[in-house]
Amino acid sequence: MRNTNNIILETAVKVLLFFIALYSVYIFTAGHYYPGGGFIGGLMTAGAIVLLLITYDIKTVVGILPVNFRILTAIGLLFAIGTSAGSLIFDAPFLTHAFGDVHLPILGDLSLHTATLFDLGVYFVVVGVTMTIIQTIGEDE
Amino acid sequence: MSLLHLAIVAPLILSIFIPIFNRIFRRIHTGWFVLPLPILLFVYFLTFLPETMSGKLVSKMINWIPSLGINFTAKVDGLGLLFSLLITGIGALVVLYSIYYLAKNKEMLNNFYVYLLLFMGAMLGVVLSDNLIVMYAFWELTSFSSFLLIGYWYERDKSRYGAQKSMLITVFGGLAMLGGIILLYIMTGTFSFTEIMSQANEIFNHTLFVPALLCILLGAFTKSAQFPFYIWLPDAMEAPTPVSAYLHSATMVKAGIYLVARFTPVFGEHFLWLWLVAGVGVLTMIWGSVFAVKQTDLKAILAFSTVSQLGLIMSLLGVGAAALHYEFLDENIYTVAVTAAIFHLINHATFKGSLFMAAGIVDHETGTRDIRKLGGLMHFMPITFTISIIGAFSMAGLPPFNGFLSKEMFFTAMVHVTEMDIFNLETLGILFPVLAWIASIFTFIYSMILVFQTFTGKYKPEKLDKKPHEAPMGLLISPIILVSLVIIFGFFPNLLSDSLISPAMASILPSLLGAGEEFKVHISFWHGPTIELFMTLGVIILGLVLYKTHARWKKIYKGIPEKLALNRFYDFLLEGLQSASYKVTNTYMNGSIRSYLVYIFAFLIVILAATLFGKNAFTVSTSNVSSIGVYEVALAILVVLGSICILFAKSRMTSIILLGAVGYTVSLFYVLFRAPDLALTQLVIETISVALFLVCFYHLPKLRKFETRMRFKLMNALISVGVGAIVTLIALSAHSSKLFDSISRYYVENTYTEAAGKNMVNVILVDFRGFDTLFEITVLAIASLGIFGMIKLRLNRRNEG
Repeated sequence: MRNTNNIILETAVKVLLFFIALYSVYIFTAGHYYPGGGFIGGLMTAGAIVLLLITYDIKTVVGILPVNFRILTAIGLLFAIGTSAGSLIFDAPFLTHAFGDVHLPILGDLSLHTATLFDLGVYFVVVGVTMTIIQTIGEDE
Repeated sequence: MSLLHLAIVAPLILSIFIPIFNRIFRRIHTGWFVLPLPILLFVYFLTFLPETMSGKLVSKMINWIPSLGINFTAKVDGLGLLFSLLITGIGALVVLYSIYYLAKNKEMLNNFYVYLLLFMGAMLGVVLSDNLIVMYAFWELTSFSSFLLIGYWYERDKSRYGAQKSMLITVFGGLAMLGGIILLYIMTGTFSFTEIMSQANEIFNHTLFVPALLCILLGAFTKSAQFPFYIWLPDAMEAPTPVSAYLHSATMVKAGIYLVARFTPVFGEHFLWLWLVAGVGVLTMIWGSVFAVKQTDLKAILAFSTVSQLGLIMSLLGVGAAALHYEFLDENIYTVAVTAAIFHLINHATFKGSLFMAAGIVDHETGTRDIRKLGGLMHFMPITFTISIIGAFSMAGLPPFNGFLSKEMFFTAMVHVTEMDIFNLETLGILFPVLAWIASIFTFIYSMILVFQTFTGKYKPEKLDKKPHEAPMGLLISPIILVSLVIIFGFFPNLLSDSLISPAMASILPSLLGAGEEFKVHISFWHGPTIELFMTLGVIILGLVLYKTHARWKKIYKGIPEKLALNRFYDFLLEGLQSASYKVTNTYMNGSIRSYLVYIFAFLIVILAATLFGKNAFTVSTSNVSSIGVYEVALAILVVLGSICILFAKSRMTSIILLGAVGYTVSLFYVLFRAPDLALTQLVIETISVALFLVCFYHLPKLRKFETRMRFKLMNALISVGVGAIVTLIALSAHSSKLFDSISRYYVENTYTEAAGKNMVNVILVDFRGFDTLFEITVLAIASLGIFGMIKLRLNRRNEG
């Protein structure tokens, strides 16, 4: 991309990025009870990375985040299918979810859902897919 | 899951672990890990012998898709068991042979054994499934694994050509067979073969009976390389020799035979069945044997000989079906054809298997399979010579080997055809024994060519790449076992008659047996001076004369065109298809994305409008709508204004930003209607897509108004207005007509109780309609890989060029 000297954007992004990323994680984990979920969370994370991309250039971003997004997509799919198929082991139909209340130290009482694992798969796939597309098109010069 | 099911899928399961074994135990030939399985399975299937011999059958069922009547029913009867033993028995020998044939350092062993195991499992599935849909699935899997194995040396052009050819032809037949299965389902209402068989008499006069028969036969003929579909088999010889021995002579090509045998109780009484199966069989037999004589490649001779022998077995099954018309006879002489078919099936597997392996050894130790270069190898490879001569003599039908016995029975069956008084056979029937006899003479000639041109005559060391020597012991074990069987079955044929042949016949001709009865099979060497004996003598004498004078006949054989007309037709069809579809595609794929959008939207308008008004579905009712407030009006005006501005934007940047603005406004609508999830999604999507546009910006050409013709603009305006109008109409109609209760009530009630979630949208996404999400993300992933591949591949090509 072009080499622009955009000091305001660069400074703002350095701070904003973490907020966006953190918020996207919140949105993802909140999904089961409040607005949010893997899809939105994933898109927001991708949005954060895209912001980074626009501010700096692709090489810098690859240096900061040396992630192969195609593999991330695959991991996400594996999560989604693995969670879905996991119920087969317990002789329940494909995609049956389970949940339970667990008490964890520090975090306190938590309601844990296998649906969250599935959603994590969705999250990874969305981040992976968006970034793969934007990166490949962006790199193609 | 019963042990029987496990036995069927065991090869498939093992195939998953083969790459791991190959990776971890690099120093051990991967074949050693495969070998125990077929041996184990062979022993396991042997334990079914007492059951089938007493006329019982073992049947185990697992529900698969019960709502469609598709269940994985495994059934072991005489016929299925015979094939299972062949598949696992020959399979074990072939694996053993391949361990010495394929060098562990040079070959891609993990690929090879994975394909081989896939094939083995698929083949067991074909012969042991009672449900026709399951059988069909396994059937196609055999085609695919055969494709992969033929193309094993995929860097060779010929391998790829042969693999594609076999795939196209056998899968074409497979699809026809699927059609036949569905027709049978329409007639009987079941996919279970056992139930279809019990209704055979009721469907005999059904109008779909003949189409079903033809479709099933098409499947069988393509798989078993019958005329005119045999052309794929000679090209399939590009596969490694163990594969040729296993798939393309002993097992897979016999799947068609199996199918014909299996369906004889259903279709056998129809005259078309008898004429087609027997007629095509005899035609294939003579055609294959004549072509075998003119080949110069050892494996090509064997390939055409396999075609010919398959024709022989096929014709026997056809003639055997006539037995169903003579149920009243006490001594039903036509059952001998079925006996011969099964007996020859076993014999062919033994002698052809050993011959293929011997040819492989010759290839392996001399570097060529061309009989013009070979000769005098007898002194270098005495054991291989012994194997070949026994195999070839058995193939030629010489005593005391098993081929002689089945050949005699074949003649008996063919002679009996002339005595039939049905379906015009009393006049044309004479053709059968005559053609069979001529084909046998050619069989004799090519058998002799195969052995004596290779092993006797002058030794030509200057034409060979390597100095020939006897093969290592490991390579010889399997063919030695097979030729021992050739001799054992030759001397003691009745070892097979009660254990395998009689139960298999009971599966093919069940209606001829009363309760508790079984077929009495007795095979003997000496029948006295019968017509069959004289036919054999004639074959030997004429064959010897023709072989001795072979050099003189070569010219005539050459007269048969080198490039067969059928092959030419196949190539022509393939190329024609390619160029024609290229032309058709080029007429509308002009590379401009604008045209594609025009097609898509034009179709959208036409189809939706036709449905909407054709079904008279357009209604508007204002009964169930909310009031319109000031916010909605303001947002609507913003959306409309933004959209209109895009039309007049001068630069691309402006239009992208305007588009984003419209998108954000739409998301505000969601906020108004209290849909926070949708609003969030829309906001983020909008952001990302604007960013994507900015990334692409660099590549896009300057926004030019190059098409300023009035007609073009008018057309675009018409289509865009049309799309807007039709979508609005549908939205209005969908809101106004409630054909059934809304499903949202269900979600509202169950989201917390069933899925313990409070966010309904998210619970629907991950739980209630999780399947949708699963497939959606899969589609997304595939799309992103597609984009990646498209752009990266283009880059590579540009870098190279």
